[in-house]
Amino acid sequence: MSTRANPARAVAARADATLPPHPLPGLEPAFPRLVRVPGAGGGADRTWHLLDNGPRLAELGIEPRGTVLCVHGNPTWSYLWRRLVSAATDAAVASEADAWRVVAVDQLDMGFSERTGERRPLATRIADLGALTDELGLDGPVVTLGHDWGGVVSLGWAVDHRESLAGVAVLNTAVHQPEHLPIPAPLRLALRRSLLTRSTVDTPAFLETTLALAHPRLPADVRDAFRAPYRGAERRGGIGGFVADIPVGPGHESYAELERVAAGVAALDVPALFLWGPRDPVFGEQYLADLLQRVPHADVHRFEGTGHLIAEDAEYAPVVLDWLRERVRSAEGASSAEHASADATDASGENAHPEDAAAFRPLWRNLDELADSTLPALVEMAPRVGGGPRTVTWAKLSRRVGEIAAGLVASGVRAGDRVSLLVPPGADLTAVLYACLRIGAIVVVADAGLGIRGLSRAVRGARPDHVIGIETALAAARALGWPGQRFSATTLPAPAAAALGVRASLPQLAALGAERGGSAGLPPEPAPDDVAAVLFTSGSTGPAKGVVYTHRRLAGVRDALSAQYGVGVGTGLVAGFAPFALLGPALGATSVTPDMSVTRPGTLTATAVADAALAVDATVLFASPAALTNVLATADDLDERRRAALGAVRTLLSAGAPLGLPLLERVAALLPAASVHTPYGMTEGLLLTDIDLPGIREAAAQDDEGVCVGRPPATVHLRVSPLGPLGEATGPLTAEPGVTGEIVVSAPHVKERYDRLWVTDSASRRDRDEGRTWHRTGDVGHFDAAGRLWVEGRLPHVLTTAAGFVTPVGPEQRAETVPGIARAAAVGLGPAGTQQIVIVAETRPAARRVDRASAELTAAVRQAVGLPVAAVLVVPVLPTDIRHNSKIDRAALARWAGGILAGGRRVAP
Amino acid sequence: MTVLVTGTSGLLGAGVADALIARGTDVCTFQRGASASLSTLGAGRDVRGSVTDPAAVERAVDGVHAVVHLAAKVSLAGDERDFEAVNVGGTRLLLDAAKRAGVSRFVFVSSPSVAHAGISIVGDDALPADPVRARGPYARTKAAAELAALAADAPGFATVAVRPHLVWGPNDTQLIARIVERARDGRLPLLGAGAALIDTVYRDNAVDAIVAALDRADIVHGQSFVVTNGEPRTVAELMSSICRAAGVEPPRLRVPAGLARFAGGVVEAVWRVAPGEDEPPMTRFLAEQLSTSHWYDQRRTRALLNWTPAVSLDEGFARLADSYRRP
Repeated sequence: MSTRANPARAVAARADATLPPHPLPGLEPAFPRLVRVPGAGGGADRTWHLLDNGPRLAELGIEPRGTVLCVHGNPTWSYLWRRLVSAATDAAVASEADAWRVVAVDQLDMGFSERTGERRPLATRIADLGALTDELGLDGPVVTLGHDWGGVVSLGWAVDHRESLAGVAVLNTAVHQPEHLPIPAPLRLALRRSLLTRSTVDTPAFLETTLALAHPRLPADVRDAFRAPYRGAERRGGIGGFVADIPVGPGHESYAELERVAAGVAALDVPALFLWGPRDPVFGEQYLADLLQRVPHADVHRFEGTGHLIAEDAEYAPVVLDWLRERVRSAEGASSAEHASADATDASGENAHPEDAAAFRPLWRNLDELADSTLPALVEMAPRVGGGPRTVTWAKLSRRVGEIAAGLVASGVRAGDRVSLLVPPGADLTAVLYACLRIGAIVVVADAGLGIRGLSRAVRGARPDHVIGIETALAAARALGWPGQRFSATTLPAPAAAALGVRASLPQLAALGAERGGSAGLPPEPAPDDVAAVLFTSGSTGPAKGVVYTHRRLAGVRDALSAQYGVGVGTGLVAGFAPFALLGPALGATSVTPDMSVTRPGTLTATAVADAALAVDATVLFASPAALTNVLATADDLDERRRAALGAVRTLLSAGAPLGLPLLERVAALLPAASVHTPYGMTEGLLLTDIDLPGIREAAAQDDEGVCVGRPPATVHLRVSPLGPLGEATGPLTAEPGVTGEIVVSAPHVKERYDRLWVTDSASRRDRDEGRTWHRTGDVGHFDAAGRLWVEGRLPHVLTTAAGFVTPVGPEQRAETVPGIARAAAVGLGPAGTQQIVIVAETRPAARRVDRASAELTAAVRQAVGLPVAAVLVVPVLPTDIRHNSKIDRAALARWAGGILAGGRRVAP
Repeated sequence: MTVLVTGTSGLLGAGVADALIARGTDVCTFQRGASASLSTLGAGRDVRGSVTDPAAVERAVDGVHAVVHLAAKVSLAGDERDFEAVNVGGTRLLLDAAKRAGVSRFVFVSSPSVAHAGISIVGDDALPADPVRARGPYARTKAAAELAALAADAPGFATVAVRPHLVWGPNDTQLIARIVERARDGRLPLLGAGAALIDTVYRDNAVDAIVAALDRADIVHGQSFVVTNGEPRTVAELMSSICRAAGVEPPRLRVPAGLARFAGGVVEAVWRVAPGEDEPPMTRFLAEQLSTSHWYDQRRTRALLNWTPAVSLDEGFARLADSYRRP
């Protein structure tokens, strides 16, 4: 039967190149063209089909800066790049300085290019592409862009054309099959000889499987367009040929060529962009990790929720054009290697502004300098192992850190490796944290506050090389398939350790390190601008983002805290919020962790705080609002001695969520000598402003919108980018009082960048004012006449009514003044620019079910809010983030309220 | 300038005629019965007759420069052919006659229901009238009539469609009187949770918007404008505000929206066979109207008509309460 043709016959079918049928959705008819490439050395001429906006640009008289050479994978065709060709043409018309020619080829035997009737292994395909670009005369700056196996072919071309190469970009691809990883299951299946021809050539199964990988599902007409060149087995020979060419092992004919490309890629010094769809059953994230090892300077963006067909799933075209504008333009004139490093230097604010630079002092320096001190470094009032207070001296901590560091090195942990720390705060975490920092391993900190799904997404995205965790964390790592070599916090019984794939425990690492000479045998210290940590945001407004800190910037955090709160060597610090204890060694302070549940700060009692303070003659107390609330509730249990201990506290820092003035007043009464502070910050900038109790009292008398968070420390520069009527933060940076905008910050201790989120990162650092690097916080607010900052909410939560924008915090605060309203959220319903204001509230007593507020309550809320409120809904409880139990995702709440107020079922938010 | 206002036996038509007269415009009224406007003001010309009667229409447009066309069969149920004749046939007749008579401006007073296919409308601007998917004979025929009016727009003959949404005010015999009467009898159900957000417009504001459309017809011709107070409220709040103003108990009885829609369909069918004296107590159309949200983007309307509502909802309810307190 003809449909069961053997592979040789199918591959051997010859056919001329043709233009694609017209119309195809999204493909402008001006771009397809055929190009005949003369055969070299007696070979046959070949005709290619490609999309090319070059003729159109010439018609418009636009001289492009260079060419983007796009290579599709298997089994797609140049149609995959249609949106980039159109978008690049539009951008060229809008601004000639951003003009790029885009050439998107159909590889031979694929798409509408010629069916050659010959086998085309990888080396042939790379040479084919070179012959085509010779014919096209592409010698100007060329940026390659490839997807799937087209990524390999494009990178092969790049390696062979260094003289004209200006950059490389890839979407889900691979240049190397890591030895320890199996070939992805879908390909393994297709590769089984008996199935190969049937699934790839005889039937469109391979094609259909690929098209089904889109998120969301592709429209029917787009699927048809992808199928168009592959109708009939005789046109699908190339698909089978590609699958057969996957070099599964060293014996394969294309293995050597792939190795050559992989090695060549590692030597590339041009700007590189990796755009990745994490939901790819073929090119999983291990391939991204492999690429990053070869091209560490690459810009990476993982589009959460997208997969293998990322070019269909994500708006990649504007990202590619933005990247060309930002990264490739600046490379012109300078050699590309200089570009890569010069840009890294630009990125750090203090290098751009030498006056901001403080002398760099490594985070672990106190551990070196106090290595012989018998004074306490850490005190745990109720260690997890049981028993009374445990004191760790500086000498012991220093030795322990050195031993673990040496043990990690001996176990293969290298500088630049990522280490996920899944250990609760305490002496163990402190020791392993400083050990990692000392050897230049990058610590990845994602806490259980993200929820198990969020945590899993964060850990997979960060791709740790090693995981150090307690048993439950390692069980999750195993169950959820988190990558990395595993270490346990405590020594587990051998069967458990084996079951969890644990290589060693911390005690075993320390013993190993001691054998290797502890800190004496450590590798050189990391450089100040090496990456030190990836900290995850709380994810209360979307997937948690990884925030990258260098050693210099983390040291900046320490210096800012030290300067603002006067904490230094010898200070006794009660860490009423357990993570603060981690800062102690860096600050030189003696940190004491009171008797409390690490995961439930609300269990901290006044007695526990006082006992902790007594243990180290503490003068500084760090605590979360939840902890302080419970301390107040249990203050009556204090005896004289303990009251006196609290009376010795000079500084109280309440960090996390804001604490109301009445509670703060009561805290101040309990700590009569203490100056009470509330800082404002976020994962990306941990201390941006500070306000003390007198400042809060003063602010309470003002009627500004929002929450007053005080003034910035000297090293922090704050501005706002004023909002437009649709809530877009587009105004030029200003510090003018009374102007509401997105809060923008520049400081030595803000983030280095976002991790593997190039799009988010370049958006967050888009301002260039005063030659500084700025960070867009995503918060909105304004300055008052006295220069104090007021925070009015999150930028994506700004309501846009027909009368202009409304920031949420002010209306919420006013709604909360109504008797019976416990907590309120203001959300906007309907399209931007014509939204209606809806207040969703928790009541006292709590509502038993979702309902409309009574007429009386509605009237009172409208009166208090002073803005047109369409409706007031009451709910038993407002949904909040897990980490802070305070951040309301108003965007999600608005969608929910929209359902209710459209006449939908009254489900809980 | 003389303006013909059709349908002045109704609340809105009378209001438009009164407003024009009050500012010194010559008004001719045209409706089947007595005009609610001129009986109080005693000014202008009055033509009695049906918009389906060509001779009456000829008489009405004689000597006028502009038309505001409100006359329509407004009902929630009934024979579709009657709706067709009055709402579509009458409008076409009036358009032709007006054009021949040299009228230069034609304001067609329409309804947002012409574009309401039964699903929620959340902050949309006026969508195109859809005679196929609009719900119920009234909305379908008004949709066809609006399309005819806008299609007649031509140089020298500016047509505009204005769609006031749920007009209410003192002395309203349509919406307000029915709600109050049923609430008084304990027959007013709340559909679903009563949480659907709905736009309404106070009568005086709708009048102002229609007059504004007439004045700006040269600029805004060929377009449709939804007109609301821009203050959407939940159905339950609207009902209870109306009941409070009228001094009756707000509704307590809750009927699931799906059941009401089903029941509405059944009642509608029965009513067609054996028409009663009153409107059917519930129609599928009404059930949908009261259980799905529909509120609108008013930015284009306000900008192009250069109009904003002068009377807020609160002020409107206060006036409504006054009207019930007056003996």
